[in-house]
Amino acid sequence: MNRILQLTMTAAMATGLMAQGAAAEDMRIAVVAKALGIGFFEAAAKGAEEAAEELGEVEIIYTGPTDTTAEGQIEVINSLIAQRVDAIAISANDTDALVPTLKKAMQRGITVVSWDSGVAEDGRMAHLNPSSNELIGNMIIKLAADELPDGGQVGLLSATTTSTNQNIWIEEMMKVMGDYPGIEVVGTVYGDDLADKSYREAQGLMQSHPDLDAIIAPTSVGIVAAAQAVVDAGKVGEVNVTGLGLPSEMAGAIESGASKSFAIWNPIDLGYSATMMAYHLAKGEVEAAPGAEIPIGRMGTVTLDETNSAPMADPFVYDESNIDEFKSIF
Amino acid sequence: MTMLKSREAILTGAILLLLILIATRFPGFVAPANLMAVFNDTSPLMILALGQMVVILTRCIDLSVAANLALTGMICAMLNVAFPGLPVAVILIVALACGAVMGAVNGLLVWKLAIPPIVVTLGTMTIYRGIIFLLSDGAWINSHEMSPAFTGFPRTQILGLPVLGWLAILVTAGMALIMARTPMGRSFYAAGNNPHAAVYTGIDVGRAQFRAFVISGTLAGLAGYLWISRYAVAYVDIAGGFELDVVAACVIGGVSIAGGVGTVLGTILGALFLGVIKNALPVVDISPFWQLAISGAAILVAVTFNSRSGRTRGRIILKSVEKAT
Repeated sequence: MNRILQLTMTAAMATGLMAQGAAAEDMRIAVVAKALGIGFFEAAAKGAEEAAEELGEVEIIYTGPTDTTAEGQIEVINSLIAQRVDAIAISANDTDALVPTLKKAMQRGITVVSWDSGVAEDGRMAHLNPSSNELIGNMIIKLAADELPDGGQVGLLSATTTSTNQNIWIEEMMKVMGDYPGIEVVGTVYGDDLADKSYREAQGLMQSHPDLDAIIAPTSVGIVAAAQAVVDAGKVGEVNVTGLGLPSEMAGAIESGASKSFAIWNPIDLGYSATMMAYHLAKGEVEAAPGAEIPIGRMGTVTLDETNSAPMADPFVYDESNIDEFKSIF
Repeated sequence: MTMLKSREAILTGAILLLLILIATRFPGFVAPANLMAVFNDTSPLMILALGQMVVILTRCIDLSVAANLALTGMICAMLNVAFPGLPVAVILIVALACGAVMGAVNGLLVWKLAIPPIVVTLGTMTIYRGIIFLLSDGAWINSHEMSPAFTGFPRTQILGLPVLGWLAILVTAGMALIMARTPMGRSFYAAGNNPHAAVYTGIDVGRAQFRAFVISGTLAGLAGYLWISRYAVAYVDIAGGFELDVVAACVIGGVSIAGGVGTVLGTILGALFLGVIKNALPVVDISPFWQLAISGAAILVAVTFNSRSGRTRGRIILKSVEKAT
């Protein structure tokens, strides 16, 4: 009996050693998308490959379900566990549904981090947010102020009076207004994320404030509608539309000059940083705990907060110099 | 008849009063150029409300107009992306045809299967929105993907007014002619006012309702192309909830939800009333929290007024009967 136990233990240890040996040769990091075939995630995979190249000895397995379901991702994770990957970096289709499967993965010694769309705290070691409310709030006013060196009037076009994201971002923006002297916020209007109402509200802003210099719209519907309203009012060059939008939707506005620049997270950077984070955690160089500082290559370092999540960076700025590259991505 | 006329006079008065009130807070609003812009902005609502009016006249309701608009718009936008060289005239014909087919589906279900119109159009509303999702995969079609001719058409100015506004005028004139001068137009009033009597005069009520839905659908299709090209963006939720504005415009314009009562002029005035409010609220600096309440109150006042004036008319008939005996 004793001997059998000893034998099994030696065998187990041997297997363990062998597995470790393999890992030292080539760390395998699985990057799991919400679904395959989405430009945003394909771009993130590109970033992951870039990180792998930089780190060396890292193999990226880019995978995901064919549709954006939690069930599909559970299957994918199970197969990754079977393949004994070293780390999983996932953008989740469901906060809670993936927790049991990811817990199983962590019990098998796999490092699990979530990025973009997070998993509940139990189901991952750390989470990487694309940005933070403070950074976004600062970025949207900075974009407007950068085009107005002598100061000027800006109007805000939000989504609805009750939408959490937009209102927090605007609140954060108001907090840093002191850093941008000469910039005056003349009004906040709500387009309800409807194209026609946003268009009308943007028109109203320009009418009631004839000297308006910029419209900030931290909503993808609003920013497109405001840009169209500026073009139709013949105020391209006078009123600059900025805020948060998607390159594919804003390409026309950049082209017409209605918008000089706008921001949103960069999926390439996000995939890159998530891979870096997974790598350093899997190596055991840093422990995922509140306050831990994790290096993420060219993006600097991130600091985990009390929920073990961290913001990556400022939203990425898109303008005429890079819009053509990104408009086909997402 | 004099009652109806006075109602329209009162509505005109209300719009003028509203304009004066707005002018005291924001004088620029009543500048001719801005009023023209307001008219232009209200054009899609006017076109849709005229279609809705015909449907309501026959004691039905069409809740699928906004979904029809969005689906037709998406089809037009996708056509434009696939064949950028396609002339706008062809797109217009496609838009009218798509809208008519969707209207006919509503009409057939109401006519042949005798399903209540509110249920039919509630169902097709969801179906049409669903089809947009299937067609587009949830993706947007954006301004830079559309051809300049496609987005430029409703903006082309003729005598200072964009084509969009001229189309609203054209549709209004056409509908006024149909309602007043054609047997079909008269049959809508007959079918809604007293369906039993209409049958005895040889009017097929179901057929009248079917035709009303086709008209409503066709106009929604036209508005679909205009909407997409005006705002230069097409996605699933375009004009979400707009069907309620359309019904509200009819009700404010004096179209009776009970059927049989309503005029083209009244409907246009109702749409303009809403259009003025929608365009004025952003510039008069009223808290957005109040805007919805103000729009809602305007509708309630109009409905109350309608039902009161309807009651008075009933009394007059009774009195005249008493006198006759």
